[in-house]
Amino acid sequence: MSTATARDFFRRRTAWRPLEFVFWLAAFASVLVFPSRLLLVNDVAILGLFAISLDLILGFAGILSLGHAAFFGIGAYAAGLVALDLAGDPFLGLAAGGLAAGVVGLATSFLILRGSDLTRLMITIGVASIFLEIANRAEFTGGANGLSGIAIGPLVGFFPFDLYGRTAAILSLSVTFFLFLLARRLIFSPFGQSLRALKENRLRAGAIGVPTHARIVAIYTVAAIYAGIAGALLAVTTQFVSLDVLAFRRSAEVLLVLVLGGAGWLYGGLIGALVLKVLQDQVADLTEQYWEFWLGLVLVVIVLVGRDRIARLWRLPRVLLR
Amino acid sequence: MLTILFDGVAYGMVLFILAVGLSVTLGLMNFINLAHGSFAMAGGYIAVLLVNRLGIPFLAALPLVFLAAALLGVVAERVLYVHVYRKSHLDQVLFSIGLVFMSVAAVDYFMGSQQQFIELPETLRRRHQILGIALGGYRAFIIVACGALAVLLELVLSRTRFGMKLRAGVDNATVARGLGINVNRVFALTFAAGSGLAGLGGALGAEFLGLDPTFPLKFLVYFLIVVAVGGTTTLLGPFVAALILGVADVAGKYYVPAAGGFIIYTVMVAILLWRPHGLFGEAR
Repeated sequence: MSTATARDFFRRRTAWRPLEFVFWLAAFASVLVFPSRLLLVNDVAILGLFAISLDLILGFAGILSLGHAAFFGIGAYAAGLVALDLAGDPFLGLAAGGLAAGVVGLATSFLILRGSDLTRLMITIGVASIFLEIANRAEFTGGANGLSGIAIGPLVGFFPFDLYGRTAAILSLSVTFFLFLLARRLIFSPFGQSLRALKENRLRAGAIGVPTHARIVAIYTVAAIYAGIAGALLAVTTQFVSLDVLAFRRSAEVLLVLVLGGAGWLYGGLIGALVLKVLQDQVADLTEQYWEFWLGLVLVVIVLVGRDRIARLWRLPRVLLR
Repeated sequence: MLTILFDGVAYGMVLFILAVGLSVTLGLMNFINLAHGSFAMAGGYIAVLLVNRLGIPFLAALPLVFLAAALLGVVAERVLYVHVYRKSHLDQVLFSIGLVFMSVAAVDYFMGSQQQFIELPETLRRRHQILGIALGGYRAFIIVACGALAVLLELVLSRTRFGMKLRAGVDNATVARGLGINVNRVFALTFAAGSGLAGLGGALGAEFLGLDPTFPLKFLVYFLIVVAVGGTTTLLGPFVAALILGVADVAGKYYVPAAGGFIIYTVMVAILLWRPHGLFGEAR
């Protein structure tokens, strides 16, 4: 295959599908179509972004994590603290969240290079527990009360955050879309291909010249930045940060989202977030307190039915959406 | 100082009883069972029901708790877990986390979210002064009982035919099968015994671990520390790991209360960085 046709081949493979345009148009249209459910739209967008972040390490690099809420929480606290102590600009908060989570992600990525799945599981849980403990004990995070009274100025100076969540939903959707574009670019790049290689077989990937450790450090940091921005979005749009952002349940929930939608393709996290949040919205009306039971039941049933069978549900959209 | 050491040892002993089943199931089937704490919680609540509601004496209730939790373990293993052994680690994690969430919500629904206390007999609640050290009678009882259990487990593992089969299975399940050992049955029995021990630990530890519906989540990390630090090849490994963890946690909470669980998690991450397969484990 000559260079020109090889390039064409990759172009064709990574070109935008028609359904992708439909997906994102529908996502933004939801703001107009469901003016009374804008808070739900906001939640779905944030959870979707968080799931994309986990997908980058789990679905594309094969790293099992049960502590991804650490980065989400760090981003939320960073955004909240910046708004309280510096200035209440939404984008400043997002930048702070991404930066803080990215720094911690980079630092902790070296911890997950060695060992088995179990070791990695425990280290990710351990790191998340450490940050939960810090947030719980430290003075500046407000302890168990969390951060309240966060004042966020209007978006780009014009659009204030209202009670209905219109500005919030548009901001979250836009940020998620923008970061989705970047992630899409990333996974189809040679960098993304090398990640897939090391997911399949790390030893062989190393043997053909992929710097496996550097790749894992890089993707883990990128995923942490994504999760941090998702957390910052939550802090900015709800103007409140509680210990809940770091909770173990959040790490498990995002894993469930990814499994619902299917790992290893970027739309999986988004679709999973939509499914879970709508489901939660319906069930929560009946039994808010026992939502965890249904969460657990869904997890157990998914595993017993088989994740591959669930993934098959999305086979058609997967071909059409890429 | 010595009182802290004493409390820490008692705490560590209970942790060992709680986690030892997890260590064996992980070693035998390479199965990550995050729901181990749910069986411990079940044991604790069964003890509460037996002692507080039915008025059965605490000591007489303990064997019943063991049997009930073991029965629960057998049922769960035969009905649910058998389908998951051959699946990936991700599936095992999802599955067992799902069970944890379900058990937490179910206990919350039936028993309420408040902390439960078991009525201990008067003789165990007394405090003694020995050589100027204040020793809780209950903690002394725990150290003696759990110590005896640990010795018993070690004897079963090293001296009986069943223990031999079990060790063969842990070393290499494929070869053990080839030698005609029914590894699945060994595993089912081990799972039951492990769940029973966890339930017993939950009942014994309810007094100072605190028993409420979030128990499986709160102590998940502790169990995993015992297993990961202690390794899965011997009983001594988890035993030493549990004692270190117990003493470190009690001492940490006493001397630096502000740090809370921070120290434990940091120590765990540090140990796993230094020896990714545990202090006593070998790379597999």
